[in-house]
Amino acid sequence: MKVQLLQLAHARSGDKGDTANIGLIALELAYYPTLVKEVTAARVKKHFRGICKGPVERFEIPNLGALNFLLHESLGGGGTVSLKTDAQGKTYSTALLRMVIEVPPALFRKKSGGIAGRRR
Amino acid sequence: MDYLAEITMSILQKQKSRDPRLGYAKDFIPIVERILPRCVEKNIRIIANAGGVNPQACAEAVRAVAEKLGLSSRIKVGIVSGDDISGRLDDFLSRGVTLENMETREPLQAVRGRVQSANVYFGAWPIVEALKKGANVIVTGRCTDTGLSLAPMAFEFGWEEEDWHRLAAGTVAGHTVECGAQSTGGNSLVNWKRVPGLANIGYPIIEAFEDGTFVITKHKGTGGRVDVPTVKEQLVYEMGDPRSYITPDCIADFTTIQLRQEGKDRVRFSGIRGRPATPFYKVSISYSSGWKAVGTLVYGWPEAYEKAKAADKVVRDRLRSMGLKFEEVLTEFVGVDACHGPLSSEPPPDIAEVQFRIGVRSQIKDDVERFTREIVPLVLNGPPTVTGFAGGRPKVEEIVAYWPGLILKSEVVPVIEVL
Repeated sequence: MKVQLLQLAHARSGDKGDTANIGLIALELAYYPTLVKEVTAARVKKHFRGICKGPVERFEIPNLGALNFLLHESLGGGGTVSLKTDAQGKTYSTALLRMVIEVPPALFRKKSGGIAGRRR
Repeated sequence: MDYLAEITMSILQKQKSRDPRLGYAKDFIPIVERILPRCVEKNIRIIANAGGVNPQACAEAVRAVAEKLGLSSRIKVGIVSGDDISGRLDDFLSRGVTLENMETREPLQAVRGRVQSANVYFGAWPIVEALKKGANVIVTGRCTDTGLSLAPMAFEFGWEEEDWHRLAAGTVAGHTVECGAQSTGGNSLVNWKRVPGLANIGYPIIEAFEDGTFVITKHKGTGGRVDVPTVKEQLVYEMGDPRSYITPDCIADFTTIQLRQEGKDRVRFSGIRGRPATPFYKVSISYSSGWKAVGTLVYGWPEAYEKAKAADKVVRDRLRSMGLKFEEVLTEFVGVDACHGPLSSEPPPDIAEVQFRIGVRSQIKDDVERFTREIVPLVLNGPPTVTGFAGGRPKVEEIVAYWPGLILKSEVVPVIEVL
């Protein structure tokens, strides 16, 4: 079944020069292998077409159930050079959460409700 | 306390060139005035990189405050300097130390004439040295924000310069607390509406142990939240390769961090591993890189987005006909696509208003100046129902760009003094 990442993960993003980083964190550790399989560097590069002009690197952080993405040449020059409202890529976290991926139906039973309605 | 963003040094350098008594974070002094009596009474030491490009002047200002409070006999002010290498760049370049840009591989020579500031990032050890000399207020120039947290742990627990795992743990602790309340519920996405008491949010506290484990918590009675998802968000913030978080003190491996909720608003960190530090300091150089300006206008319903797009066309047509030279002209429509660009969903047809935002960048200041005169006239000469021009003409700003480099540690020696 198709599920938006907003239902499966949370994220935080920031900058280093003209490179944005997005940390994508599974809301349940059980979702992590699916994120690893589906949210590849190539997929993220395609998702951010028109924004990310350089390569995308991906790093796995299994102990945190997280993936870290580096989106090179994505901030209009970065820092004080950039003309963008979001020159630091602070909102790229949720831009990534717009992505829709294929998830095994048994894994996702709409129990989490995503970042807004997660059970405590 | 951390005062120095990447751009701060160039601002402070300009202040110092106008007045040799300036060039440090002035905000620090009134805070010291407020907290010093209690810190002296409870034997709490203060460490801050508030010294900017003039740690000596900052230390003297701290001394003056202590004097005023009648506490001068009870404090020793430590100064860590030597990070400012702006006066040594030509010497480095002549000896073949190229200070090439870590991202673009260009040699510094390309922008040498436009450099405004140049500093290395020191780590924890110069601060440890000042602590050993008995300083209870320490001001530094450029140093890593993780070093500010690691130093008191290394000093207190007697960690050695090759205790890579424990140094890595202290570095992870520093990274966790380095951005205000971002590890205690600020800017936290998970269940953000249920983070309690943001108006009185508690800042993070590290409870450190000799073995390199630590707990992140916050004061009782403050707002915010410390839980595993919140802390994870901060751990991945501004992260590069998680296996190699490089500081002057060590290389920390974020893939070894184990987290456990051990009570309300308490997260325990353990298992952290590190590797030997590299032989380099990171260098942060700022240089002048042209001019920019950004103008905005707000268009109201109906057809707000259509009107904003029409305004954009008018401005661009005029800039083109005047033959101005820009490296970039960027248009954003706030309310439609300013955050997520082409990923944004289609705006509703009856959208109440849209802000038209257009920016330009150029090496030619006059061209940017000319652009700033093109926005306000649109209120009378362009598409209808427009407002938001009260600020007048956009400001022309100098662009101070950032040049990251590396230098061998043997080239730069930290200077530690105690007043």
